[in-house]
Amino acid sequence: MNIVVCIKQVPESTEVRVDPETNALIREGVKSIINPVDENAIEAALQLREARGSHVTVVSMGPPQAEEALRQALAMGADEAILLSDPGSRGSDTLATSYALAQIVRKIGDVDLILCGKQAIDGDTGQVGPGLAERLGIPQVTFAISVEAENGKLTARRVLDDFYEVIEVKLPAVVTVVKQANDPRHPSMRNVLKAKRAEITKWTLADLDADPKQAGFDGSPTQVVRVWPPEKRSGGRKLDGSADAIADELAKAIGEMGLES
Amino acid sequence: MDFTFNEDQQAVLDAVKEFCDEELAPRAQECDEAGKWPAENVEKLAELDLMGIPVGEEYGGLGMDFLTWSAVGEELSRACTTTGAVFGAHMLALAPIMMFGTDEQKEKFLRPLATGEKVGAFGLTEPGAGSDAAAVATKAVEDGDHYVLNGTKIFISNGGEAEIYVIITTTDPARGARGMTAFVVEKDTPGFEFGKDEKKMAFASLPNRELIFTDCRVPKENVLGRRNAGFLVAMRTLGVGRIGMATGAVGLARAALEAAVPYSHQRHQFDKPISSFQAIQFMVADMATEVDCARLLTWRAAWMKDQDMPFEKEAAMAKLYASEVASRVATKAVQIFGGYGYTREFPVERYMREAKLFEIVEGTSEVQRGVIANHVLRELNK
Repeated sequence: MNIVVCIKQVPESTEVRVDPETNALIREGVKSIINPVDENAIEAALQLREARGSHVTVVSMGPPQAEEALRQALAMGADEAILLSDPGSRGSDTLATSYALAQIVRKIGDVDLILCGKQAIDGDTGQVGPGLAERLGIPQVTFAISVEAENGKLTARRVLDDFYEVIEVKLPAVVTVVKQANDPRHPSMRNVLKAKRAEITKWTLADLDADPKQAGFDGSPTQVVRVWPPEKRSGGRKLDGSADAIADELAKAIGEMGLES
Repeated sequence: MDFTFNEDQQAVLDAVKEFCDEELAPRAQECDEAGKWPAENVEKLAELDLMGIPVGEEYGGLGMDFLTWSAVGEELSRACTTTGAVFGAHMLALAPIMMFGTDEQKEKFLRPLATGEKVGAFGLTEPGAGSDAAAVATKAVEDGDHYVLNGTKIFISNGGEAEIYVIITTTDPARGARGMTAFVVEKDTPGFEFGKDEKKMAFASLPNRELIFTDCRVPKENVLGRRNAGFLVAMRTLGVGRIGMATGAVGLARAALEAAVPYSHQRHQFDKPISSFQAIQFMVADMATEVDCARLLTWRAAWMKDQDMPFEKEAAMAKLYASEVASRVATKAVQIFGGYGYTREFPVERYMREAKLFEIVEGTSEVQRGVIANHVLRELNK
């Protein structure tokens, strides 16, 4: 079975800052990681490979430094890595990203299963996996907590708000995986060293015969009007004294906020 | 002089740190309180290729150096002192087989140790042979294709859980240190049994057991090094072992320091964080300086081993200094935590109890001073 795992390199979420001028994320000096739930997708692929022998290819679209994320995926045990890095991809929204990824999958050819994380911690849209399935015209299963594949069929258990749903689809298909699906493994040192030396395939949009109009800014109808970090909570007021005194003080404060007593 | 790691070493250390932070550290307290062999952690070390770091790839190791092994060991001990101790004791079987094993012995014993399929241990100490290592009374008597072992080892780290043991015996008691022989003995060899597991001041989950040999027949091909050259095997093993103990001590001292500093920022007295008081600041400064010195001594000894230079004195210095630093730093960490430091709510009281081990095991501080003095008195006698 040929498995493709789509991963995204994201800034470590606790360190994200936004440039107030451009509304863009400030990436300088911020540690980049594999989008956490994409690690679950990689782990799911590796477990499928262990169960029935598969070839696991990780792919990513991003700046040249996204190579680091792919190396981490190789260290976890993926067989092969492909990076689509092209200035023409800059500014891609989910529509353009799913287009580019679909072109990658087409070029790889003969893919049985595509795994993605449920959503990325930076954009938080959760649209790329489903978009990719639509682009390729194949079934999609979102929010999978477990995946089994056999004889050209895939059975996945979906996690929904109040219940699970077990879905069977024909392969090839796209599956997005949730965090609870598994515990991503730590890489072995042998794999860490191997991944450092591994050759990563690098493609451009031209290599994919991609239509430049569907890529990058041109292929992205989404307009980001404004991005801003949530307002920092200012420290509240601390009330001291006896319970009675605190209660009086509190009632007064609430009254001042214009609430009816 | 270059104090940086190369890219491979750094990549390994980064991966190990992440593993330590995510897997070992959060469960370290639990690991100690369980009072049982940390099987899951040891399996993880094997899965991550950490059990044979300096062993050549031809025998299933990672093919890196002792410096990397030490730097990794420090991270493990910092995150989980027990797991670090198992890692250190394992080397006491790896090292003598690496240094003295024949190709056949390496294939048979070093490979499973290096891959982590099996855990190793080293048996030297006896009721009557501690600092006086040449007083070993476990006897090995030649009988056809075998030696017959009789005697008892005590305090053996990883004892009972390890599957491959390097055992120091006497084959010619009249010759003392020149009549000792080292053997590889496998668990489940008839006549080899485990006795008491010591109840200790700390390290409840690290076994320190009696090994009891009763007419235990060990094939001659398991002699490690030459017959009657066992004292050399023991001393060379202890040399590496001392780097291992220094490593564990540095890891522990770092854990204590890294616990004390954030606490000193959080803890307020007199309306200020206690970290703003010079009394605390000076303690932190001394702790950090001593940890750094201990680490540099340890890395130097490991580096000298990697360069095939004599390193006995430097390993003794590292072990002596790092173990005493661990005790001092852990004691200061408890002091910074004050009353809370004395409770089991925080790990520092455990660090303080654990630190004492390092001043005793693998040669007491007094033995280390003796080794160092022997070198210095000879070297400088001009």
